[in-house]
Amino acid sequence: MSIASQSADVRQLKNKLAKWFISLGGVMVLFTLILIFLYLLYVIKPIFESAEVEPVGEVLVKPGSVTLATGLDELKEVAYQVDEKGVMTFYQMSESEFRPQGSEILSEALVDGEVELLVTSNSGRRLLTDTQGNVKVVSAKFTAIYPKDSRDITPSVAYPLGADSLPIDEQEGRLVKAAFEMDDEKAIFVAYTEDKRLIKTTLVADDDFSYDSAFEPVYQEIEFTGGNVDDVLITPDLMMAIVRDGNRVFIYDLDDEFSVDLKAELTNVVADGAEITAMALLSGGSSVLIGDSQGQVSQWFEVAAKKGRQFQEIRRFTASTTEPVTAIYTELYRKSFFTLTPSGEMGIFYTTSDADLWHGHIAKAAPKAFAIAPRADALIFADGESLALMKVNNQHPEVTWKALWQEVWYEGYPEPDYIWQSTGGVDDFESKFSLVPISFGTMKAAAYAMLFAVPLALSAAIYTAYFMPPAMRKKVKPTIELMEALPTVILGFLAGLWLAPLIEDYLPAIMLLLIFLPVATFLTAFAWFKLPKEMKARIPEDWAPLILIPMLLLAGVLAFSLSPVMEDVFFGGDIRQYITNDLGISFDQRNALVVGIAMGFAVVPTIFSMAEDAIFSVPKHLTSGSLALGATPWQTLVKVVLLTASPGIFSAVMMGLGRAVGETMIVLMATGNTPIVDWSIFQGLRTLSANIAVEMPESEVGSSHYRILFLAAFVLFVFTFVFNTLAEFVRQRLREKYSSL
Amino acid sequence: MKDWFKTGSPWVWLSAGGVSLSLISVVGLLWLIASNGLSYFWPSQVHQFNMVDEKGQKSVVIGEIYDRERIPASQLAHRDLGVEIEGDTIERLLIKTGNRELVSLDFRWILGPQITEQSLPEDIAIVERRSNGNFYGFLEQIILDGEVVDNSRLDELLDRVNEFQEQIRELQQVDIGAINYNLERLRLRERKHVIDGTLTDEVKRDLEAQTQALKEEYQVLEKDLTALRDQVSRDQIVMRAMGGEKVTINFEQIIKVTFNNQLGFFGKVAVFFDQSIGFIFDEPREANTEGGVFPAIFGTVLMVLLMTVIVAPFGVIAAIYLHEYAGKNAFTKLIRIAVINLAGVPSIVYGVFGLGFFVYMVGGNLDRLFYPETLPSPTFGTPGVLWSALTLAILTLPVVIVSTEEGLARIPAAMRHGSLALGATKAETLWRIILPIASPAIMTGIILAIARAAGEVAPLMLVGVVKMAPTLPLDGNFPFLHLERKFMHLGFHIYDVGFQSPNVEAARPLVYATALLLVTIIIGLNMTAVNIRNKLREKYRALEH
Repeated sequence: MSIASQSADVRQLKNKLAKWFISLGGVMVLFTLILIFLYLLYVIKPIFESAEVEPVGEVLVKPGSVTLATGLDELKEVAYQVDEKGVMTFYQMSESEFRPQGSEILSEALVDGEVELLVTSNSGRRLLTDTQGNVKVVSAKFTAIYPKDSRDITPSVAYPLGADSLPIDEQEGRLVKAAFEMDDEKAIFVAYTEDKRLIKTTLVADDDFSYDSAFEPVYQEIEFTGGNVDDVLITPDLMMAIVRDGNRVFIYDLDDEFSVDLKAELTNVVADGAEITAMALLSGGSSVLIGDSQGQVSQWFEVAAKKGRQFQEIRRFTASTTEPVTAIYTELYRKSFFTLTPSGEMGIFYTTSDADLWHGHIAKAAPKAFAIAPRADALIFADGESLALMKVNNQHPEVTWKALWQEVWYEGYPEPDYIWQSTGGVDDFESKFSLVPISFGTMKAAAYAMLFAVPLALSAAIYTAYFMPPAMRKKVKPTIELMEALPTVILGFLAGLWLAPLIEDYLPAIMLLLIFLPVATFLTAFAWFKLPKEMKARIPEDWAPLILIPMLLLAGVLAFSLSPVMEDVFFGGDIRQYITNDLGISFDQRNALVVGIAMGFAVVPTIFSMAEDAIFSVPKHLTSGSLALGATPWQTLVKVVLLTASPGIFSAVMMGLGRAVGETMIVLMATGNTPIVDWSIFQGLRTLSANIAVEMPESEVGSSHYRILFLAAFVLFVFTFVFNTLAEFVRQRLREKYSSL
Repeated sequence: MKDWFKTGSPWVWLSAGGVSLSLISVVGLLWLIASNGLSYFWPSQVHQFNMVDEKGQKSVVIGEIYDRERIPASQLAHRDLGVEIEGDTIERLLIKTGNRELVSLDFRWILGPQITEQSLPEDIAIVERRSNGNFYGFLEQIILDGEVVDNSRLDELLDRVNEFQEQIRELQQVDIGAINYNLERLRLRERKHVIDGTLTDEVKRDLEAQTQALKEEYQVLEKDLTALRDQVSRDQIVMRAMGGEKVTINFEQIIKVTFNNQLGFFGKVAVFFDQSIGFIFDEPREANTEGGVFPAIFGTVLMVLLMTVIVAPFGVIAAIYLHEYAGKNAFTKLIRIAVINLAGVPSIVYGVFGLGFFVYMVGGNLDRLFYPETLPSPTFGTPGVLWSALTLAILTLPVVIVSTEEGLARIPAAMRHGSLALGATKAETLWRIILPIASPAIMTGIILAIARAAGEVAPLMLVGVVKMAPTLPLDGNFPFLHLERKFMHLGFHIYDVGFQSPNVEAARPLVYATALLLVTIIIGLNMTAVNIRNKLREKYRALEH
């Protein structure tokens, strides 16, 4: 059907529809950019949110019972209570298909008499002693079963060391203070008895505690110089015991099988007038947290000092300004801790990031029994005759502005430092999320690349745009621009597997090239200048680039053949050894020099193309005027052309920089990807982009690591956004200026 | 001299040096890739070196010369080589000796002065094998079904085995693959019925009957397969290695046996083409370090085509909007800034966005809505070819927009005015006049986008590319095009084989060959695009006058 035979209405409708449709398509472009921006922000946002705590519910415990300890299962469905009579009772915390909320599921007596002492280990096991002299270790066990296709959590009581009373004290005295910790092979108890002995008892498994509770006890007495013991802790790796007597804190080495030696005593633990009121081990067991009567909590760990390893105060937190700290509770896997004060105020902190996450009153008085859920997403405590459950939303405590951009003192390090180390071998690994080393690596790579690319690209652009005859320009320009199409993975591959070994073998040649290439150029130019007139006519100066090609190649060959000689004469035969041994600079095969050259090549066409355009489009009458007034072509170039085109050249360099900053494959393949802060040209680096490429596929969705990688992408995005917009803005202005000239 | 500097001529020459250096590096780079890549296909000669070491022991080394370098004699001064050294440097050769079952490393360095004799024996055979790499040695015997037969029957027996191997491959990948695929679909259908609560006895019986039928079919095929395997492993050859050891190699393992030293120039050319074709159409072997790159080519092409389908209409419409509809206002400026920025955003950022938004958010929700039966294993909620295509479509969008817009800008206004004056609406003018004329410019944009997408690796590493994809995203099983599957890609292949494989040295020639292939494709595409654009420019210039 021809158009004319359609009615005008239909045609107008079609016209309108087309307009709407096409406008929608145009707006979609803007929408896409905004979507990327907002989506990145959406993923990043949670890491900067502080913690939230809100009550979810409570259950009433048996009337008249006093809760000594409490705990939760992983899914927060079942909670338990250990009361003063040593009875462990499980309650349903949330409504399920099988039981109403608050119902009692199971109740089991753990000991025979009244409970005298109840101690919790780092892994949540409980040590109980009673008035009858029984000592037992128990833990709550939760099993998920699936009757009728839905989940039911069934609790039970487990006795990892057997249900019989444990022979902790050889002399069968009563224990006043105790701590214990166990793994599959042994359980260690450090206890202070009624008759003022400090003892260590090791129960060595006959086979393996994970399936057989049979053991053999080994008894030791610890020489204790203090007067009384107020607190005992054992690290989860069973290596150290921390014993407190008033304001004195002693560290004992438990590793030696035959004797328990005093390893260190902490000094100046609290300020004058203050008293230690609470002590706890941070997850992983390498840090001790000490709370005092002035509401301060200090973190201590061992650092390598001049006199060997020493315990040192690392940082301080203020839990309260008016009240003492009555208890400190720590999470199982992360470096978070919770503080309580007598008025029932709770504080949540994170050590690594120095973060004060939450403060608030959760009860009228400090709860006697308090526990953090295994996944650290809730807490439960005894509040009068009920167990109160609170939801804790504290997903990313390890990320703060300080942790990302400032020096942080990590556990086991001699001093605060910038470190990126996102994952480790153990569950309670302290993640090191400093963006400084990788941002630095990005800048270093870009800087070296620009150092190489800018002179080369600009000189080529100047010559091509201003001196080259049009016929030659037509061929040369697309050839150089062709390089922009070259996949960076190929440049990276050549840089890593061809250039890096080549530079390593012929390092002196690279240095020589820096001198030889300009010298060869000048010599050729001078030789041409001295040529007789008739020869000059036959080889015009326009051919300079062609004449120079063989000369530069010759200079290159000369540099490379002189390289072994140089190495022999100046660097004792091996320049690598010379650099590492005599200069004391470490040398990586894939270093910044390789990246600089390889990425420089990737950036050259970008800068060349835009700078060339800018210079070429300088209005001809300006140059003609300058030349007519007697300036040499070079003078015209420097004083007129470059000056006029300088905004364009600036925007070309900006675009090149933008490309160098975001380039991934070259840096991924041509560097060792070591996140270090060092300007040395012989060392590797890791950039934001390469870091994303390496770690993103392995990071868990929604974790802090995942979000920080998004943050890295966002930083790249914003960075290039600023550079591109700036470059584009400058270019627009320039275009307007030219059109007005 | 001073005058000379005053003329500014040295500086002009210096800037000319920049041009020369750029040209040298472009051409040098291409030459480096081409020479290394092509030499991978060229049959190399197998040398026999008679060696004598410092203790006077004699040995024979057979292999291809892989690399040679000269090292200063002083580096080896501490070692007594047992021979006189002339000059300051010593030549060192890297020999690929193959025979992995006999030696731990299939490469070794030998020192020039220790070579007493070097020859090219004509009867050295290179046995290319399915696993364990090449074997270099002399053909001793051929054993046909337990009996020794004449060596001249090698080719005939090889042809027979390769025919069976082809049948086995067909059976395994096509027939058995289809059965496994259908079995999985039946399982999922049953689960879906369970979830929806529609699993009646009738449905159950029906599904079971189908499963049973497939299983029976499978048994038959398995029998065929076993029979074929028996056929394939019937014969053996006995080879004598450089140390004199005799090694029996089953025909099952052999791909081909060549006698490179017997080849004349034309023979070598024939082998060269044969190897090139094999490289393009064969499956990879030995963790991608040997064999061909067919799945990678296939994956690249398919992903790029999908991307084109998405990016072409979107880019063209956006360009038309910008050039034909958008007014000269701040909003249009904003869109232009968006286009410039989309072009400048680092590709890895697109990868991150694609992974988070497309894969986890869109894909995850699609899975919950449409594929609840496969959960928790994801269908679309995991990197795949569709997400890669979408991500690269955003990445290449500015390329299409800029190129199309340039084409639109070059169309003389008179053509639009003419059409409108004759009473056509704006949409009709666009559809009938403008778009046909601008089509070469659109084509240019699409080709440039394809070239860009074919070489991009970083975002793909996050949204869908894998080292080894067990199945192609396009096969004979319904619905034929499997958009959720992961795929292989030439660029990633280069990165993976060159940097992640255990034996980088052995894999390097293959990486060069892959790089050459990729560069050829991309440069070819770019040159085509540039040519079309140049022709177009000239055409419009003619129109204007």
